[in-house]
Amino acid sequence: MRNIKFLLQKEFRQIFRNTAILRLILAMPIIQLILIPLAADYEVKNINIAVVDNDHSGYSRRLTEKMKASGYFKLTDYSESYRKAEAAIGRSETDIILTIPRGFERDLIREQNTELQLAADAVNGIKAGLGAVYAQQIIVSFNQEIRAEWTNGLSLKQKVPVTISSALWYNAEVNYYLFMVPGILVILVTMVGSFLAALNIVSEKEIGTMEQINVSPLKKHEFILGKLIPFWVLGMTSITIGMFVAYLIYGILPIGSFLVIYTYAALYLLAVLGIGLLVSTFADNQQQATLFAFFMMMIFILMSGLYTPVDSMPEWAQWVARFNPPAYFIRLIRAVYIKGSGFEDLGPEFLITAAFAVVFNALAIFNYNKRG
Amino acid sequence: MSKVIITEKLTKKFDDFTAVDAISFEVEQGEIFGFLGANGAGKTTAMRILSGLSYPTSGKAEVAGFDVYNQVEDIKRNIGYMSQKFSLYENLTVRENIHFFGGIYGLGRKELKQASEELISRLHLGPEANKLVKSLPLGWKQKIAFSVAILHRPKIVFLDEPTGGVDPITRRQFWELIYEATSQGITAFVTTHYMDEAEYCDRVSIMVDGAIAALDTPAALKSQFNASSMDAVFLQLARAAKRS
Repeated sequence: MRNIKFLLQKEFRQIFRNTAILRLILAMPIIQLILIPLAADYEVKNINIAVVDNDHSGYSRRLTEKMKASGYFKLTDYSESYRKAEAAIGRSETDIILTIPRGFERDLIREQNTELQLAADAVNGIKAGLGAVYAQQIIVSFNQEIRAEWTNGLSLKQKVPVTISSALWYNAEVNYYLFMVPGILVILVTMVGSFLAALNIVSEKEIGTMEQINVSPLKKHEFILGKLIPFWVLGMTSITIGMFVAYLIYGILPIGSFLVIYTYAALYLLAVLGIGLLVSTFADNQQQATLFAFFMMMIFILMSGLYTPVDSMPEWAQWVARFNPPAYFIRLIRAVYIKGSGFEDLGPEFLITAAFAVVFNALAIFNYNKRG
Repeated sequence: MSKVIITEKLTKKFDDFTAVDAISFEVEQGEIFGFLGANGAGKTTAMRILSGLSYPTSGKAEVAGFDVYNQVEDIKRNIGYMSQKFSLYENLTVRENIHFFGGIYGLGRKELKQASEELISRLHLGPEANKLVKSLPLGWKQKIAFSVAILHRPKIVFLDEPTGGVDPITRRQFWELIYEATSQGITAFVTTHYMDEAEYCDRVSIMVDGAIAALDTPAALKSQFNASSMDAVFLQLARAAKRS
């Protein structure tokens, strides 16, 4: 125990003296929480649309105006030539082409039936897909508008025999921040817990102090605890700062209890610290550790359900996600923040994370050799 | 005089490469034992085995009366170690380094305080003791690292090229510290590339291709090889090396 006291004293002195790390821990949550939710908004705006108007009628101009007024589209081109619009797609100046056929107004009035063509540049699939959907919605509503004008609103109800009423639970206004911000917190804690710790240990290898520790009578478990405890404290600090910042900037507070989040975070940090420790036993220098951390962070983030739901991934990817610790924390923290879930709802997350903690730390201790 | 290091046919192999090839020697207590050899001759590997950082493949070795196979923890309590890689914490002050290393070697609060005051006054550190180690010149760092390595009064101190990269005057001062330590009964086991330092040793062993090619006092070695300096002795032996 006395040795651990000396180790902790030394480690905290070094951490508080390393202003770069302190700033990182303070600034990272603030910057990430401000930037990422804004950038990672699923709503697509500023879709560039080119309208090829072969009709030049009142109706065709009205439809174009309606597109512009929706707020989703920017009219980049309004011409008669489809070829010209197509060339603009090639230059990536336009995302979507709406072609209005000759005789649009006439056919609409006479036959109550006409066809419009939408062509989308699917290089950016999300923009193309969502853009096409928005355009269709606008056309449908345009359609209903003119029908209503002709029939003075009488036949509208007959035309729509089935209506779907949807209700969104828990996050009724689909507050995007409520969804993203807790997830980003998880990624933050993961970085502090795993890679900051790994880099710290690997740097001792590089400088040579690790060898000095290895020839000393310090026990393996003492050294490991001396590293785990400070970074555990740092991790808990960073999630506290993060939740505070989330409240300050977005006014987000969990509906459930902080106790659930902290209890889980305490356990989760043990698991990710185990990963960090394991990385440090493999890596010989900070470059290796950093590259590995970069690769792992990509998997951590993309396979965690932070952006895209795990349930919509292919079967094999869902299996990978099952071994991805952040996936559990993200599910848990969202449940606590949005639904107010408590301990009784989150048994599996706690159990699996505890298993991660045991396995990763056992592997790390097994791999950490004071002697070659 | 008792023997603090005894090795018998000590061998270390990495796959099919024999880094240390059946070396046998003994070191007396209080002696300055020079452990010489060209780069890659196997000095560092042998030293790592003796200081408990590496397992031997075969052979016997006892350090401070303990066996290198299964009494490593006892060995570690009884040795000090200073490597060519710099081994103090750069972002701690001198005092904090003393406190930390003294602490993990089990020095009590009073002993720690006394030992650190002694060290600071012996090296004339004064106010520098409260400065971060990284702000001190290399020669100072090495002297402090050595003093910290013997803070817990070990039986043996292992010094792996301790004076690399400093000027002759600082090296001379460093050797004064080694003499002082050995006069108090600490045994110094030193590897070096400086042949003038080899002259300072009580006895010198020269390793060639993993084996000990010569072992005696500097004076005896010089007469044996009919050479005027240790430099000439070393060159004669090292030239015969097959690996370099």
